[in-house]
Amino acid sequence: MATAALTRRGMFARPRATTGWWSWVTTIDHKKIGILYGVTAFVFFLIGGVEALFIRLQLARPDGQVLDAELYNQFFTMHGITMIFMVVMPMGVALMNYFIPLMIGARDVAFPRLNAFSYWVFLFGGIFVYSSFFLGGAPDGGWFGYAPLSRTLPGHGMSYYSLGLQILGIASLAGAVNFIVTILNMRAPGMTFMRMPVFIWMSLVVSFLLLFAMPVLAVALFQLMFDRLFGGNFFNPAVGGDPLLWQHLFWVFGHPEVYILILPAMGIVSEVLPTFSRKPLFGYAAIVFAGVAIGFMGWGVWAHHMFAAGLGPVANTAFALTTMFIAVPTGIKIFNWVGTMWGGSIRLTTAFLFAVGFVAMFIIGGLSGVTHAFVPHDAQQTDTYYIVAHFHYVLFGGAIFGLFGGLYYWWPKVFGRLLGERLGKLHFWLYFIGFNLTFGPMHIVGLQGQPRRIYTYPENMGWDLWNLVMTVGAFVIAVGTLVFIVNAVLSRKRGEEAVADPWDGRTLEWTTPSPPPEYNFSDVPLVTHRDDFWHKKYARTPEGEPVRVFAGAEHADDDEHHHGIHLPSPSYFPALAALGMPFLGYGTVYKILPAMIVGAAILLLGLFGWGLEPSVEE
Amino acid sequence: METCLKGSDRKSLRAAALGVLLLVALVLTGCEDRAPQDFLNHPIGETAKEADRLWDIVFAIAVVIFVLVEAVLVFAVVKFRRRPGREAAQFHGNTRLEIVLTLIPALLLAGLAVPMVSTLFAAAEEQQGALQIRVVGKQFWWEYEYMDSGVVTANELHIPTGTPIRLVIEGDPNDVIHSYWAPRLFGKQDVVPGRTNFINMEAPKPGTYWGQCTEYCGLSHANMRLRVVAQDPDEFEDWLALQEEPAAEPTSGAAAEGQKLFLENACAGCHAIQGTDAAARVGPDLTHLAGRSTFAGAMFETNEQNLVKWVTDAPGVKPGVKMPSFRGQLTSEEVESIVAYLLTLE
Repeated sequence: MATAALTRRGMFARPRATTGWWSWVTTIDHKKIGILYGVTAFVFFLIGGVEALFIRLQLARPDGQVLDAELYNQFFTMHGITMIFMVVMPMGVALMNYFIPLMIGARDVAFPRLNAFSYWVFLFGGIFVYSSFFLGGAPDGGWFGYAPLSRTLPGHGMSYYSLGLQILGIASLAGAVNFIVTILNMRAPGMTFMRMPVFIWMSLVVSFLLLFAMPVLAVALFQLMFDRLFGGNFFNPAVGGDPLLWQHLFWVFGHPEVYILILPAMGIVSEVLPTFSRKPLFGYAAIVFAGVAIGFMGWGVWAHHMFAAGLGPVANTAFALTTMFIAVPTGIKIFNWVGTMWGGSIRLTTAFLFAVGFVAMFIIGGLSGVTHAFVPHDAQQTDTYYIVAHFHYVLFGGAIFGLFGGLYYWWPKVFGRLLGERLGKLHFWLYFIGFNLTFGPMHIVGLQGQPRRIYTYPENMGWDLWNLVMTVGAFVIAVGTLVFIVNAVLSRKRGEEAVADPWDGRTLEWTTPSPPPEYNFSDVPLVTHRDDFWHKKYARTPEGEPVRVFAGAEHADDDEHHHGIHLPSPSYFPALAALGMPFLGYGTVYKILPAMIVGAAILLLGLFGWGLEPSVEE
Repeated sequence: METCLKGSDRKSLRAAALGVLLLVALVLTGCEDRAPQDFLNHPIGETAKEADRLWDIVFAIAVVIFVLVEAVLVFAVVKFRRRPGREAAQFHGNTRLEIVLTLIPALLLAGLAVPMVSTLFAAAEEQQGALQIRVVGKQFWWEYEYMDSGVVTANELHIPTGTPIRLVIEGDPNDVIHSYWAPRLFGKQDVVPGRTNFINMEAPKPGTYWGQCTEYCGLSHANMRLRVVAQDPDEFEDWLALQEEPAAEPTSGAAAEGQKLFLENACAGCHAIQGTDAAARVGPDLTHLAGRSTFAGAMFETNEQNLVKWVTDAPGVKPGVKMPSFRGQLTSEEVESIVAYLLTLE
């Protein structure tokens, strides 16, 4: 301690632990933060899944008695908020955190402490929102929080919503800035834009979408907070406020958000398919630019969520046309993924199955999405289970399948052991079957007039059979999730040990040991090709067939010359600063001034400590 | 690590293909006739039929694309599995193919946009001589006002068949957003506080069409249902004439006692009964309550048993409803008298 005290330049002695739970609190290593993100998102996935099971139990039969209206409304609201803000987004962030530096040949992200701050804000924000269940009731106005209902619902639920999503948004914004700077500035020499892996491209597009979308949501939430807590009237029609203002703001955020959720999965699929097809990605430039085009066009389709709101035929036509044509870049991606497999030498690994499952299911979600553009029919199908079916085909069959594909693909790199293929395939098929049983029939009952967000329905509606099937399907998905957990636990103890490059990979992360050392690369790689690692491993015969170059796969990471690599030191301050957020949240929800002051003090203390400590403690 | 293809993989692929086909078959055939809000198989109103015609075109094309793309996908996975002695072809793309496959969907969508836009504008067109009815959404029931005659009723909308109807959808500035929808007749329009929207529609044949609120509006969103009763124009005129009459004076002793209780207690503070002193517009107008087959947002059949439960403890049978519980404030005899009176309001 004495030496620490002598050398320290910050407020406290610098944390030094590299193992044990304290090391996880103070870590600023992007890989550890990635794991924290992933584990936290998975826990929320289980919680959101349990909520979904309760929803399905309640709706399994007409006049269900499992939940009352109050609890049902809280559950469907929290299921949406959880899966979007606490599962799919952070699970994508987990993989981005871990693999952006590894795939671009960097030793960490641009702002390692900001990265830690993002995580802790996310964690505290999630706990803050969930604590509402024990403090008088969770948010119950839907994840979309339409005003004026959201400003008038009794209890504190929607106040937690307005504060909690603001906190989670701070985490997303900080992460977005970090990833943008990392990708733009920290690529290894020779890693030009058009040599970047597609996952990196999609991460870049997602980060820009977050950077511009979260502030719009923040404005809406801020106004809602004032309406609920401080007598504001932004959305109060009785005194001239405008309910449609909320809808415009929410969906200007909300539709880019859909692409924020799906693009990371598209990036993963664009890595997994080439690896297991043993082929370069078909139409790399087209896939990249389609992703960028989706990023731009995603801002021009928001009002298709409002076709029934009465915007008039001219506005509806404009948004219907943009909604139709955003299908074009999406279609390009699907064709190119099929083209990637064409002529390949395909290994049907679990990761590959999830990636193909993504493509197969996303086609359905994409096609049903195009039908929304047909406004007169959208007036029929909107706010029915047809919509629930559509976006689960995009977000579960799409994003979740893609993310699990990424987990199976990158698991050996992160944990040094492979996940079992046998259990993995069981997991995949349970998900595939359970998913289609659950969400396939939703198309039908939707077109038979079953509205969304109803806690009950009478027995003479003709929806009984399919609702029962859906509930059975949901439990098949639950069993699949248990299989994944068993697989993960078994892998920790008995899983096959992973070599550096278990899949014959194409990108830079596979040049590092599994798991990678703290500094990632002992020598910063020099990139000469797209799929650089593949080109170092394989030469080409005159016929164009790849031939293994034996020296090419020998990379230098096993030697010991990593002395003198300066990595930023761990820090208490990101977690400390983040701890201020829930205090500010509770203080605002219950209007307790001392709690607000304590929260602000903690936040400021953390930020000052952070600002005054050097990034590297010698 | 080598992951070789095992026999089980081929089987599981076949099982997957079969599963997808089964699902498509279910989607195409699995629709029950007895679903009263089914707009896929049984659109009846002209507005619903127009939407359905669009859907038929789009759905047919979507199914063709779905089958083609999924078939190519499954074919690629099966055909190009790793086999000993065959190396993967190392091509990066095919510009001409990519351009063609971009243009086809773009042109297809441009073609589909034409009928969509024309249907969309046609649906917004106001028809001459349409019967105008104001629809107001409240938590969790519907109020209707026939704009020519001033008749006010609730939950069950009566319309004449073969007559163009224009619903003037008004949001109560002190309420929340709802959405008005009777799927077999017309697509939904949101009821936005402070704004006015319109639905143009027509029912070709008599019948009772079901619908419900489709914008989440709070605790009893699920219980905010509605009926549209389409009648032959003659019958409709009779019905409208009856609605214009004030409520009948009670004849029996119990009903007269009930009327007295109604007017003396909190009931009259929220409800109107034409021909009496009760004139409040907070809750539904009850002048002809017993003539409606359902009440409380078309949630319950109108009968003595249900009304007794309702008057005794409305929030107990419909969560979140604004009508308070009268348990402990009215005796069961008093409730029965009130219900006896309500049942005379035909």
